[in-house]
Amino acid sequence: MKKFIAALIAFLFFIMFISVLNSDTETLQGIPEFGKVDLSERVSEKYISKSVNGDNGEIIYGETKDAESGSANVVTSIVVNYRSFDTLGEVTVLFLSATGVAILIGGGRRKVLPISVNPIVRISARIVATLLLVFGAYIFIHGHLTPGGGFPGGTIIAAGMLLMLLVDDKKRAPKALKVLEGTMGFVYVAVGIAGLLVTGSFLQNFLPTGTVGDLLSAGIIPVVYSIIGLKVGAELSGLLDDFFAEEGEE
Amino acid sequence: MNIISFIIGIVIVVSSIVAIEAKRLLTSIVMLSLTSLLAVVSFVLLKAPDVAITEASVGAGLTTAIFLLTLKRLGKEESK
Repeated sequence: MKKFIAALIAFLFFIMFISVLNSDTETLQGIPEFGKVDLSERVSEKYISKSVNGDNGEIIYGETKDAESGSANVVTSIVVNYRSFDTLGEVTVLFLSATGVAILIGGGRRKVLPISVNPIVRISARIVATLLLVFGAYIFIHGHLTPGGGFPGGTIIAAGMLLMLLVDDKKRAPKALKVLEGTMGFVYVAVGIAGLLVTGSFLQNFLPTGTVGDLLSAGIIPVVYSIIGLKVGAELSGLLDDFFAEEGEE
Repeated sequence: MNIISFIIGIVIVVSSIVAIEAKRLLTSIVMLSLTSLLAVVSFVLLKAPDVAITEASVGAGLTTAIFLLTLKRLGKEESK
């Protein structure tokens, strides 16, 4: 009976959303009909041509110089250039959840795992973990050129840390990670304030954007993504380390 | 291409329902991981590599590990 009522409620919501999305009245506008929207008036067109202030020229990879964003990856130019304040909020949310985990289960001795790990597995896991760290750093440094960015890069770094924590009974995340995490959070806001001082808007780009497609291009995007990558990597490594701690005195 | 995405969509829906309805929490976690993994494939088919990379590392990788570690911790607390 309960499941029937739940299915009925879900169906009612489905009907409601469909009718709202398909409605075409003055007060309630849903999704417009396919092909009837002038895309040139939408904001996404301006993001793709990297020019919010008009001047919709063509962007050519490897040739266009001094574009407004200068990032070859459109997603990155939106996430870290036009919507950087959102990203600052996301980093804050992640910081708060990592702090919550640390308060609830952090501290104490290293937990000894009930399995014994073969030395061959242990040593090869260290090699793989090193490769993972390098790959994570590659992903967040090249965030403005290739898919990926700070969050996936940091998560891959944390996966390398997880591998090292799993195979070694005495391994702890270094204490310096906590310092790194706090410093990177501070530096992100400092970059934003520098933009405020130089150009007049918080987190605005104030470095030269260079040629589209170069490693050293896109202004503050590589800087901010490196900051985010290091911060997320340190945060999630600390979080995993909390899970491997036992309750009690250190 | 269409048939592949259709199959992937159906398996995603089925594994999500199994993840909700399963009696054992371990089954739920594995099914949730399967859902994320298939979502990665469908994101790649939809030509969204940014989201695919994030989903692969966060959804299929780290979230599963954290859920398993939490489950292990909960099991120990409950058996005391």
